[in-house]
This record gives sequence, C-alpha cells and structure tokens, in this order.
Amino acid sequence: MRRRLLVVGLGLVFVATYAAAQVGSQSGADKRRSGYRDMGEALQKMQDDDTANPGMLFVQLGSQLWAKPAGVANKSCADCHGADAASMKGVATRYPAIPAGSDRPLDLEGRINLCRTQHQSADPLPPENLDLLALAAFVAHQSRGLPIAPPADPRLEAFRQQGEEIYRRRQGQLNLSCAICHDDNAGKKLAGIVIPEAHPTGYPIYRLEWQALGSLKRRLRNCMVGIRAEAWPLDAPEYTALELYLMERAKGLKLETPAVRP
Amino acid sequence: MDRRLFLAGTAAIVVLPLGPAAATPDAMAEAIKKVIGEATPIEGRMKLDVPPLVENGSTVPLTVSVESPMTEADHVKAIHVFNEKNPQPNVFSARLGPRNGKAMVGTRIKLGDSQRIVAIAETSDGKFWSVGADVIVTLAACLEESP
Amino acid sequence: MSNILVNAPKTAKRGDVVEIKALIMHPMETGFRPGPNGRIIPRNIIERFTATWNGAEIFAMDMSPAIAANPFVSFFAQANESGTVVLRWTGDEGFAAEHRVDITVA
Ligand code: HEC
Ligand code: HEC
Repeated sequence: MRRRLLVVGLGLVFVATYAAAQVGSQSGADKRRSGYRDMGEALQKMQDDDTANPGMLFVQLGSQLWAKPAGVANKSCADCHGADAASMKGVATRYPAIPAGSDRPLDLEGRINLCRTQHQSADPLPPENLDLLALAAFVAHQSRGLPIAPPADPRLEAFRQQGEEIYRRRQGQLNLSCAICHDDNAGKKLAGIVIPEAHPTGYPIYRLEWQALGSLKRRLRNCMVGIRAEAWPLDAPEYTALELYLMERAKGLKLETPAVRP
Repeated sequence: MDRRLFLAGTAAIVVLPLGPAAATPDAMAEAIKKVIGEATPIEGRMKLDVPPLVENGSTVPLTVSVESPMTEADHVKAIHVFNEKNPQPNVFSARLGPRNGKAMVGTRIKLGDSQRIVAIAETSDGKFWSVGADVIVTLAACLEESP
Repeated sequence: MSNILVNAPKTAKRGDVVEIKALIMHPMETGFRPGPNGRIIPRNIIERFTATWNGAEIFAMDMSPAIAANPFVSFFAQANESGTVVLRWTGDEGFAAEHRVDITVA
C-alpha cells in the first residue's frame, strides 16, 4: 500500500509525450483525437472485436430489452420504433437535445426515460441502472461510425455556454479546471496514463476501472472526484450542460459506442 | 504551486481497499509446487503474451501458447497461470488435449499491482514447461470514491 | 438468462483447427473487496468453464477470482465431425449458463 502510493506520487509528473508535436498545430488539419487513440494496442483490439468487447454484452442486453414490453402500457420500444431499431440510426450523434414540448435539454438516457414515463407508463430508471445503460448502449450503437452532429437548436446555446463555463472554471481542492488537463496538458502523462482530450465519443463506455458499463455522467463525476471537487448528484442538470459543451467540442468525431477505456 | 498541490492531492486520493495479505513469491512457488510436485519445469516451448505495460490492472489480456503437435502421442495436457501479488497465487488452470489442435488459451486477468506472471504447461510425456513475464500496472488517474 | 457472446465458425473443413471465443456477463466478485458499508462483498465467481463437442469434453478451465469481470476465454478445437459445441459456465450462488453452436464440417 505505502509503496503503491509512492509509485503514484513519483509518477505524477506531467511527462511530455507528443506535446511538442502539437506546438504549431495551426496547419488547419483536424488534430483532435478520440481517447481510443491514446490507448495501447491491446485495448484498441479489445474495443474493435465485437466478440471480445465486453461492452457488446450490454448492447446485446439492450437489444433484448428493446423488444420487451414494459410499463402499464405494456408496450416495447420496438412496438413504436421498429424491431430492427433502424430508426435510431444517427440519434445518439445529436444528443443532448430538447424534446418536443419542453425547454430543457435531455441526454440520451434522459430521452429514453421520457419514453418510459410518457409512452410506456413506466417508472423512470435511476441513473446508472443496468437496463438504462444497456438501452442507451443499444441505441447509441446504431450510430457507431457516424460523426457527432449536435443539433442547431438555438435554445441549446445558453446551456452549452454554462457547460463551457464549468469546463473552464477552476474547482476542487486542487483548484484545477477541466481545460487545464484536457486542453493544456492533453497528450501528456499523468501517473503513467495519457491525458485524453475528453471527447465523449464512446458512451456508454466499458471502463476497465469499473469492470462495467457506465455513462458519461459517471465518467465526468470520476474526474470531479479526482480533483477533489464537490461532485453533483448524477441527475444534476450541470452534467447535461457539460455534455452539451463536450459534444460541440467533439463535433465531427465518430461515435464508437460501446468504447472500451482504461 | 498548482502542480505541487495536485501531486499531493492526487496521491492522497488513491485509496486502495486493504485486502488480506497478498500472495507472495513464496506463495506462488508453493502453488506451483502443488501442480508440478518435485519436477523442475523446463524453460521453453511456451509463449506468454501479455502487454508489458497495462493501463488498468482490472482487465489484462493474456494469451498462453505452447509449441506442440497436439497429437494423441504428444500433446499439452494442462496450462496453469500463477501470479505473485494478487490475494491468491492461482489465476487459472486449463485442461487441453489432442482435440484442441493448437495449444493456445486466451483470457483476461486482474492484477492488483506490477508483478511477475508465470505459466506452466504439462505435456503428455509428463514433463513440465514454464515461461514468465513482468507486467507493469499503471493506475487510473480519476477514480471514484465509491460506486 | 445470461448474456453471452460466442465467436465460432459455422462451417469448417475436416481437420481444420478453429478458434472459439466466448464472453459472458458476470461480476467475478473476488470476495476480497469491502463494499460501501465496509463489509466484505461475498465472493461470487464463475469457477469452471467447459466445452464439449458432440458430448465429449474438449476443453476445461478452472477460474479463480483473478479472472476479470465479464470473463473472456479463447481456445482452439480441431473440427473432426459436424456437431454441436456446448459451452458451459458454472460457479458460486448456483450460477449455471450454457451456449450451443452448431458447426458443419465438410
Ligand atoms: C408508445 C410509443 C413509444 C414507445 C413504447 C417508446 N417510444 Fe421512444 N419515442 C416515441 C415518440 C413519439 C418519440 C418522439 C419522436 C420525436 O420527437 O420526433 C420517441 C422518441 C425517442 C427517442 C429520440 C429519437 C430522436 O430522434 O430524437 C429515443 C432515443 C427513443 N424514443 C427511445 C425509446 C426507447 C429506448 C424505448 C423503450 C424503452 C422507447 N423509445 C419507447 C414513442 C415511443
Ligand atoms: C488532473 C487532470 C484532469 C482533470 C482536471 C480532469 N480530468 Fe478528465 N480525465 C483525466 C484523465 C487522466 C483521464 C483518462 C482516464 C483515466 O483516468 O484513466 C480523463 C478522462 C476524461 C474523459 C473520458 C474521455 C474518453 O475517452 O472517454 C472525459 C469525458 C473527461 N475526462 C472530462 C473531464 C471534465 C469534464 C473535467 C472537468 C470537470 C475533467 N475531465 C477534469 C484527467 C483530468
């Protein structure tokens, strides 16, 4: 235990890796990189092979739930959206979004819960619930390979700005902002791990650290805990604002759901 | 200033569940002895594929293979994998035979810390073979206090 | 009902050596970890994986808590005759799951 702390302490030095290469990146080419590219070959292979990617077990569960009637309405997702879910193609690329008749953005999990309450007369599923994650993974998987395409809805702008403000704000006992790590020090090493650019390309992800599937909110929460900031409860609107900003920042990058991450 | 605080802070948040006494190289040697008895394993014929540096110890891909014709007369009967530092030295024991055609087994293991992994194979002629590999485990930077 | 993903060829030439890969949803709880209340979470692992080809065992693996959650196993099999490969996982708390694949050998 003590030895491991020591190792961590020593390792916690920002080691420049390809940072030098990033200097003068004004050439116009898109230099943004998904966290996929920061992983070693073994983990990339794990993500790429559909029968080796543990996230695919949850996509499979999601496809089973898709066809299963639920709620007082006793209707399945498939009853309204089609058995093959082709109607879900591209949907995950444009969330969070504001649903009809509302003025607040919802992320994909929130949109699925809206269908549960509105269309299935069922209770909403709690954050990080296995069935909710599996459904979200199944829906987002239909967009794998498609570029992130946030909607043009002008009403989203205020929320996105709130997200960017959170992203740039120094917070927590370590007084760090997301931007200090993910913009200024992306590509450098922290305790042996490459700091990724924080693009939400693969959610829900199978995170090895969790040994389970988890949402972008849970991932963001981990970073907040990491800088010893007060993390909001998982249903706080701040996460949706951050998600909106991160999706805009990652616009055009391809979705990978279900991604594998360390 | 920032960095100093950051160093101190992040090091402090790496809270590890204190497990029971971990396996030791001795415990591993004992576990191996249980499998091979007094035999001395020969280094060779085996390959242990595991990334030398892993980003997260909770899911480490590992493949063990043994050069063998895998015939009725000459085949691998078993492959065992051991580790030094997990709470238990045994990782897995696989039973094989001529019907496998190829003596190669893959899985994913948990490694709580950087350590040495040893694989032992038993062939149909009663001999034991071995191979080892060192794995360095880095720690995830942003953990959660509780799930 | 367990979630299982298996990768095996549907057809093979006689004598071919084919790879079979299998992934199953399971927590592989080690029995060494304290839960949120500080108490140790009881061990819950898959202890054994077996594969039979037309009833005859061709591969078996005893697993320990050191096998990662949602266990993955890959191994090889010589395709001698058409038949059914049955993969079986058993473990703590009465866990039992099975998956069948038919392989046609020509
Ligand atoms: C009774 C019919 C019904 C059921 C059952 C239903 N939905 Fe919906 N769903 C709708 C309607 C209507 C919309 C709104 C379409 C729109 O706004 O254009 C919608 C929208 C959605 C969207 C957003 C689509 C988009 O283009 O933005 C998603 C995602 C979704 N549903 C997922 C699900 C899932 C998952 C389930 C099962 C848990 C489900 N739905 C069950 C009727 C249903
Ligand atoms: C101290 C540096 C640091 C700070 C500050 C930080 N993160 Fe991270 N973040 C990381 C590291 C390192 C990872 C890589 C994951 C790991 O721990 O293995 C990561 C991963 C992520 C990911 C996952 C990317 C992927 O590929 O899926 C997202 C998203 C993210 N961070 C967002 C944020 C946000 C939003 C904030 C601010 C609330 C933040 N981070 C603050 C270091 C940081």
